[in-house]
Amino acid sequence: MSEMDNRPMLLEVDNLQTHFRTMDGVNRAVDGVSFHVRSGETLAIVGESGCGKSVTAMSILRLIPEPPGKIAGSIKFQGKDLLKLSDREMRAIRGNDISMIFQEPMTSLNPVLTNGQQIGETLRLHQGLNAQQAEARAVEMLKLVGIPEPERRVREYPHQLSGGMRQRVMIAIALACNPKLLIADEPTTALDVTIQAQILDLMKDLKTTVGAAIVLITHDLGVVAEVAERVVVMYAGRKVEEARVGDLFRTPRHPYTQGLLGSVPKLGSSLTGETTRLAEIPGLVPSLKQRIPGCVFATRCPKVTELCRAVPPALQEKAPGHIAACHYAEVEGVAAA
Amino acid sequence: MTKRILEVSDLKKHFPIRGGLLGGTVGYVYAVDGVSFHINQGETLSLVGESGCGKSTVGKSVLRLFPLTSGQVVLNGKRIDDMPSGSLRPLRRQIQVVFQDPFSSLNPRLRVREILAEPIRNFGLANSEAEIDEKVGQLMDKVRLPRDAVNRWPHEFSGGQRQRICIARALAAEPDIIVCDEAVSALDVSVKAQIVNLLQDLQAELGLAMLFISHDLAIVEHMTHRVAVMYLGQIVEVADRKSLFGTPRHPYTEALLSAVPVPVPGALRERIVLQGDVPSPIKPPPGCRFHTRCPYAFDRCRKEVPALKDDGTGHLAACHLHDGPAAENPLLNKAPPTAFRAA
Repeated sequence: MSEMDNRPMLLEVDNLQTHFRTMDGVNRAVDGVSFHVRSGETLAIVGESGCGKSVTAMSILRLIPEPPGKIAGSIKFQGKDLLKLSDREMRAIRGNDISMIFQEPMTSLNPVLTNGQQIGETLRLHQGLNAQQAEARAVEMLKLVGIPEPERRVREYPHQLSGGMRQRVMIAIALACNPKLLIADEPTTALDVTIQAQILDLMKDLKTTVGAAIVLITHDLGVVAEVAERVVVMYAGRKVEEARVGDLFRTPRHPYTQGLLGSVPKLGSSLTGETTRLAEIPGLVPSLKQRIPGCVFATRCPKVTELCRAVPPALQEKAPGHIAACHYAEVEGVAAA
Repeated sequence: MTKRILEVSDLKKHFPIRGGLLGGTVGYVYAVDGVSFHINQGETLSLVGESGCGKSTVGKSVLRLFPLTSGQVVLNGKRIDDMPSGSLRPLRRQIQVVFQDPFSSLNPRLRVREILAEPIRNFGLANSEAEIDEKVGQLMDKVRLPRDAVNRWPHEFSGGQRQRICIARALAAEPDIIVCDEAVSALDVSVKAQIVNLLQDLQAELGLAMLFISHDLAIVEHMTHRVAVMYLGQIVEVADRKSLFGTPRHPYTEALLSAVPVPVPGALRERIVLQGDVPSPIKPPPGCRFHTRCPYAFDRCRKEVPALKDDGTGHLAACHLHDGPAAENPLLNKAPPTAFRAA
């Protein structure tokens, strides 16, 4: 299963560090995270609240206010380091080459602009369309994301739409300029399951029609299994594991990922008689304001030893294409470096 | 025979909509429109459904947090739906609640000890301060928090720990039934598992009945005994866990189950994606309320309201399809949406 992925590289994040200065010390929200996304690929970043997944997404688009934030490392998009661009150059990329969908469809739309104006805004700004052309394209976009009666909806305001419809408008805005990379931060978390199913289907369809790469930020392992090709697991500001989606769910190698997968009940458990007790990960996520000398997961890990508390484990390829940061994860099928 | 703790029949809660020139009532939100169910001692009944289906309104109604439009609520054999609040007060000890957001449901100006002592004092469950201290200590043990944390303030705790305090506060009144309104929904995956396990342990230990209101079907399946599925203010299906998840008898339940993303990459199963949104509860559709989104709707569904009917095994569903021949029923004769296998 180690066929090479030879799609061109789109995004390369290397040793990303996003720190925030606070009253009581530096908060290392993201601390040395590296990953890549190829053209047309769907990468999921999973983790619990506070693990730094959203800050990672915001850092890519440089939406972190500086100060109090500070971004270091490099974020290469099509070979260009986004962190070295001027604000003006960055504005030309945002919403054009890279766009973003936020979690809250209720609050991420401007209530005093019509849906059409909001979709048209990016088109007028980046592609120089006039008002009529922008509206015509907005109607097309609404049709693309499956909103009925787009000609009427384009002149309506966000409050006249339901939550699921607003998220469709958000997606329409994000896709209006045919971006190469779409960052979706918990795009379905605020939605009901039947609406979530509609939006996930829509995203999968759009991926084949539009061909954008997607970075999906989520805490829902079900959503990950459904749409991602590759997964990065984050914990306490670090990447602890990365693998193709099938490998990750079949043989999770990091104890945190194992704990996470064990703590979600599976639908259908009462039929297969699998309704056993849920696995718990005891304790709490460590504070990111103190330097952690060893492994970030040491305080909650069932397999912890003295080595873990003292020496941080390096990210190591444990199986082909499967990386984990654990001293004790088994290594299979990889020649020792 | 097992003791019946809560019995609700034909519960209705319509919220008036004020408007117009004189601020009169211009319509109603039919939030809950004729709901009946019961819960026995030591049993968990889950209410599931999407936002706006009225599941939380049912929870607040049985807690009598507002006056009801009509219907009966019987708690431990006593009718409480029309009881004046003065005589209801002592009965509130028997039914307690844990809400969704542990950050807004604890008074930030009370220490944990005071939060837990309040119900003990209110209901006269202790005779001295020493006895209160002892009870508070026992509650902390029950929810697996250290006893010396009683002198701390709510803001010093994490979300999961706060939810433990909320559970301890509910237990302080020594209730017979706890209403959990999305009690684990706001928590992170690993913390959610801790609280789910705690609730199950407490139920086994104390024989509590539970009304578990949730939209998370996998969690519900994991911890419930029976399930009631709500849609637009009405119950469309009630069954024990295994029948509901194994052989759903209402098209809405079937679609709901098939829509849940499962943590199995490449899981092979048929997904029914419902079209459109839930209609407004201000003007619910005539006939079956689900007919506007139902993939199997036919003429009768648009005109006639289906009744909740028992299939003979205690599995209730409100769907006209079951009146026709079983061989032509699209709900039967196929694998359930919860049965999937990895690719």
